Amino acid sequence: MDFQFDIIREYLPYFAKGTLLTIGMSLIAVLIGLILGLLIGLGKMASNKWVRLPFIWHVNFYRGTPLFVQILLIHFGVMPLFMSPVNPIVSGIVALSLNSSAYVAEIFRAGIQSIDKGQMEAARSLGMTHVQAMWHIILPQAVKRMIPPLGNEFIVLLKDSSLAAIIAAPELMYWGRAAQGQYYRVWEPYITVALIYLVLTLSLTYLLNYIERRLEKE
Amino acid sequence: MISVKGLKKSYGDTEVLKDISIDIHPKEVVVVIGPSGSGKSTFLRCLNMLETISGGHVIIDGMDLADKKTDINKVRTEVGMVFQQFNLFPHKTVLENITLSPIIVRKWSKEKAEKKAMELLEKVGLSDKANVYPHSLSGGQKQRVAIARALAMEPKVMLFDEPTSALDPEMVGEVLEVMKQLAQEGMTMVVVTHEMGFAREVGDRVVFMDGGYIVEENTPQELFDHPQHERTKSFLSKVL
Repeated sequence: MDFQFDIIREYLPYFAKGTLLTIGMSLIAVLIGLILGLLIGLGKMASNKWVRLPFIWHVNFYRGTPLFVQILLIHFGVMPLFMSPVNPIVSGIVALSLNSSAYVAEIFRAGIQSIDKGQMEAARSLGMTHVQAMWHIILPQAVKRMIPPLGNEFIVLLKDSSLAAIIAAPELMYWGRAAQGQYYRVWEPYITVALIYLVLTLSLTYLLNYIERRLEKE
Repeated sequence: MISVKGLKKSYGDTEVLKDISIDIHPKEVVVVIGPSGSGKSTFLRCLNMLETISGGHVIIDGMDLADKKTDINKVRTEVGMVFQQFNLFPHKTVLENITLSPIIVRKWSKEKAEKKAMELLEKVGLSDKANVYPHSLSGGQKQRVAIARALAMEPKVMLFDEPTSALDPEMVGEVLEVMKQLAQEGMTMVVVTHEMGFAREVGDRVVFMDGGYIVEENTPQELFDHPQHERTKSFLSKVL
């Protein structure tokens, strides 16, 4: 098989730019998704059924429909209401954040509900308010349990950001497709892109493992 | 100290407590016994509102728990609770377990809370364990820390919910010993337990519950030696 390295060499600056954008989009989406997810998770645990309802359906919708469809809906349907022309990077970040928030909400809820009921009872019996008990007793324990599934979610988000190529957000996968389109070659651009994604996700994996071990020691 | 009038508690259609009335006086040690499902733990948990009450009144230190305006957190600072499963905070050291609530609820300084905590650890015989995490303690040690943690809030009443039921037999004694000492110091205590020896030795009054009612209450000697009701007799004949 003749592997044309000059294609990769030619596209290397673009792959680098795309990689930076992939990292940037993922970071912003992770942060927004995390904050939104915490709020939605809290909303899903509200005692009032009617308060819970919109949060439950937010999760149902974003977890129950393909991200690909969500990106198209948001880019071509929702975002034009807010900006013109629509920036595909912004659309990508919005779609990824909303999608991620649904999964984070579930991770957050599961983490809190996995803590033994006796912990809340003990804290309350010592005179702490619900908020104090949550902050000092439940959350510190829940956060530790949330790290592995959250790490998993971040890795999924990083990879899923490649779907933003379809709306021409110039991230890593976009440049992979561009190279493929220019030279009609499959292996050179796509294997390079795959390797870069692998390096990114592996770095994230080891970073998360490190954090997990640090928390374990405490 | 505690006055319970016509207390009722139900979960849906199931009535767990049907009509409980009892007065508990300062410095009194009341031991509650009875078969599983008799409502004795639920009764105890109603005394600090870990269960919402469905009817009647529970008046603690002049505050009525049935009154919506009562600040429940204030009541709970006066009522210490010890659980069957200890419920120590696993992410905090023994010392932090004890000082946390005095610091954030009572607004004590860290120094004051730690001084108090060390006194209490001394009292329960665990001064050397101040800086370890709960997972490295035995069951009996955990329960003694839990007692110290509850005492750190300087409560007026202590509630014990089967404090020795989750312990290995050889660790029961050390926990009962601490409770006995506490009783001798004049702490008002309500103890749900299956330890009949403790009830007889330490209790001022023993309450026998069954089916959501108080069937019989008396001094330990009278209740154990001359039970009046058939139900009490048959229960005691099985456990003594």
